[in-house]
Amino acid sequence: MPILEDSLIQVGPYTFHSRLFVGTGKYASNTLMQEAIVASGTELVTVALRRVNVSRSDEPSLLNFVPPSVKILPNTAGCYTVEDALLVADLARAAGIGDLIKLEVIADSILLWPDPILTLQATERLVAKGFTVMVYTTPDPILAKHLEDAGAAAVMPLGSPIGSGQGIIDIEAIRRIKERVTRVPVVVDAGIGGAADAAVAMEAGADAVLVNTAIALAKNPVAMAEAMKWAVMAGRQGYLAGRMPKRQEAEASSPQSGRVEAYGGL
Amino acid sequence: MTLTVNGEPKVMAAVTTVGNLLDHFGVSHQTVAVMVDGVIIAREHVANTLLHEGASIEIIRFVGGG
Repeated sequence: MPILEDSLIQVGPYTFHSRLFVGTGKYASNTLMQEAIVASGTELVTVALRRVNVSRSDEPSLLNFVPPSVKILPNTAGCYTVEDALLVADLARAAGIGDLIKLEVIADSILLWPDPILTLQATERLVAKGFTVMVYTTPDPILAKHLEDAGAAAVMPLGSPIGSGQGIIDIEAIRRIKERVTRVPVVVDAGIGGAADAAVAMEAGADAVLVNTAIALAKNPVAMAEAMKWAVMAGRQGYLAGRMPKRQEAEASSPQSGRVEAYGGL
Repeated sequence: MTLTVNGEPKVMAAVTTVGNLLDHFGVSHQTVAVMVDGVIIAREHVANTLLHEGASIEIIRFVGGG
């Protein structure tokens, strides 16, 4: 147990002990994904919605490989319009998963960059329909505030483009968002490439991180899932412990008095 | 009856309901979403919703994603 006791993270009506959320895409197999989920200690995993392949539809359901204690967060990945995002959210709810949705409204297929205007509009519509909306967004502090005011249950700025593994390009952007979004969690979503990136995000004050590719495409995904678990805890404890202020110049750690000095020469 | 299922034309014998269709394709009735002619079918009605000639059906399920 860490020395500093932590609070639970609250997303709408749901609470989680683990501040690591993980995706389920890109795994070599369902069993590998299952092992990684368990090793990560996560309590929330994202999934996508797609058409059943009617030529080959006896594939086992992905959800059979998610431990029953883990909550499912369907995403609207691949949506480029408000209407598409609303339809996917309605389908997810119709499939019996509940009202939790990860909203993605993308504007650029190369960068998978969120469309700020459509994302805000879709957030307002989904909140009005009773969804608990976790919103994937650009790392823009003003948009983040608008999303919180629109009723988002979590604001999820990207660290760098989805699946790029570039880490958190502008950690100050995460700090600025965290200073302004005060009522709901800030979750760094997308771009985390290694365990250190997750620790940096948490140390900067993020309430959680969402990781998919960095685990799924690691040489050893199960070991990386565990590394992410520790990194998130280390970063969080570092944040709670309170980092020392930065200084321009050196300050000796050893006493400056009573120093031993040679006399004479050789 | 001729149907369009997930964009593909299908001629289906012995299929009268959405439930029959799911069974035909080996799709579990759990955690699946179905639209008929653009209208989402509520879970409790999926099994018994009747299909008509020329209906367009979308069968959606959860897959891995981030």
